[in-house]
Amino acid sequence: MRHVIIALGTSFAALLTPASAQVQPAPPITSTSVELPPGDALFPGGSSADAINNNCLACHSADMVLNQPVLSRSAWDSEVHKMIKAYRAPIDEGDVPAIVDYLASIKGTN
Amino acid sequence: MPLHRNDQHVQALSRRAVLKTIGLAGLALAGSSAWADQSMRLPFASGPQERPITHDFPQKGPMILQRTRPPLLETPMEVFDRGVFTPNDQFYVRWHWAVIPTSVDADAFRLAVRGHVNQVLSLSIGDLLKMPRVELAAVNQCSGNSRGFFSPRVPGAQWAHGAMGNALWAGVRLKDVLDRAGIKSGAIQVRFSGLDEPVVPEAPDFRKSLDIDHARDGEVMIAFAMNGEQMPLLNGFPLRLIVPGWYSTYWVKMLSDIEVLDRADDNYWMATAYTIPDTPHANITPGQTGVKMIPISRMVPRSFFTNVTEGASLPAGASAAIRGIAFGGDTSVAKVELSMDDGQTWQPATLGEDHGKYSFRRWQVTIPQLAKGHHSLMIRCTSLSGDVQPATPNWNNSGFMLNAVETAHVTAA
Repeated sequence: MRHVIIALGTSFAALLTPASAQVQPAPPITSTSVELPPGDALFPGGSSADAINNNCLACHSADMVLNQPVLSRSAWDSEVHKMIKAYRAPIDEGDVPAIVDYLASIKGTN
Repeated sequence: MPLHRNDQHVQALSRRAVLKTIGLAGLALAGSSAWADQSMRLPFASGPQERPITHDFPQKGPMILQRTRPPLLETPMEVFDRGVFTPNDQFYVRWHWAVIPTSVDADAFRLAVRGHVNQVLSLSIGDLLKMPRVELAAVNQCSGNSRGFFSPRVPGAQWAHGAMGNALWAGVRLKDVLDRAGIKSGAIQVRFSGLDEPVVPEAPDFRKSLDIDHARDGEVMIAFAMNGEQMPLLNGFPLRLIVPGWYSTYWVKMLSDIEVLDRADDNYWMATAYTIPDTPHANITPGQTGVKMIPISRMVPRSFFTNVTEGASLPAGASAAIRGIAFGGDTSVAKVELSMDDGQTWQPATLGEDHGKYSFRRWQVTIPQLAKGHHSLMIRCTSLSGDVQPATPNWNNSGFMLNAVETAHVTAA
């Protein structure tokens, strides 16, 4: 096995090594089952976070948003509308101002 | 994971180098003690800089947690100091949509090949294992790697430099699979899709396309193994498209569907997302509008320090072995150079073993005795095509393709 690998290391002048004695045997490919963490933590802030908690957590966890740098209110407004328009987030238009308010309050430039 | 034999050799050398320069207490050396920390500080210009270190993801060791669902997991820089190949259990993870199958039956899985072809195929893993096999060392890097260093900052995954990795991929040529189906004349592009799905059914499924000639170039491959083992589920088990030299957005994970198109793909993920300004270095001025946008494609050269962190202290009056990794983008590393005078003069680094033009390449420079005080170390890679890392960081709205020269500010005391 070790000799095979050494041979490979020197053969990469050819970009792709053709199937030959130089290629390692394929590893077994076995069925796989895993569990992923739920990522269901809520946005902090109590009732001020109700709109964002109700509308945004179906598609992604809160940590991604909390890791963002501060952005202008208009940038946050654009982000929310990008989620609605490009990614079809089922956000009630009536909830948009409360979501943008929340983002501007915790991640705003002013 | 079985390490490449030569990695073990390099590691042994590295340990000796460390022992020789044992006085370099300030260097951020890889070590299990680092993982005892439950969080890590990413050296962005502004916050938030702290990220949890997570051990909660299947088939994954300690990773920087950028997003839990769908997962965005970053590789800590120290991992790159340990070897030229990135271990599977610390290879970065990036998913777009939250519906990710958590169970894949290797016997029942089928890869469809359809569209503008003579013969529709439904290939099992066993079918692929019977085809001619190829192996290739190649860097997989997110388009937005290093986005957190953009100035001004832009929204998106706030990666430091660890949304990249290098692996030895094994599988079959895409060309061989396409030839088996038989491509009809008039084919324009080939579109790829995986098992993941959006939560909202109306949302655009993640699909990426390559031009027909690129798809048939004999280099693009369908991998079933990564560093000698089947892939972790989060890295795309059981099959992943490998597009050497191109950004990872094209490296479709859990690849299950290949569709030959007789037209250019205008789906959201090609026409709107992952587009860059059609300018040198994809660079524009913040606020600039009216720029022609094109799909992101080839990678560009980069180089990194792996045993020196920003703000490290080094012993004054002693020499030090500084090392790191580099890659050429879509071609080989021609040279890696280090500057200690803010880029006025550059000295060549010694390059490590060449694992092929798409691989990481390790580099090392022994710097002379440092006078007490502050020093800046800059590292720069030039590719074989003459592409060189720019001194000034590039900028665009999406935070793509950052590849400026990296600088480590160190203090000799």
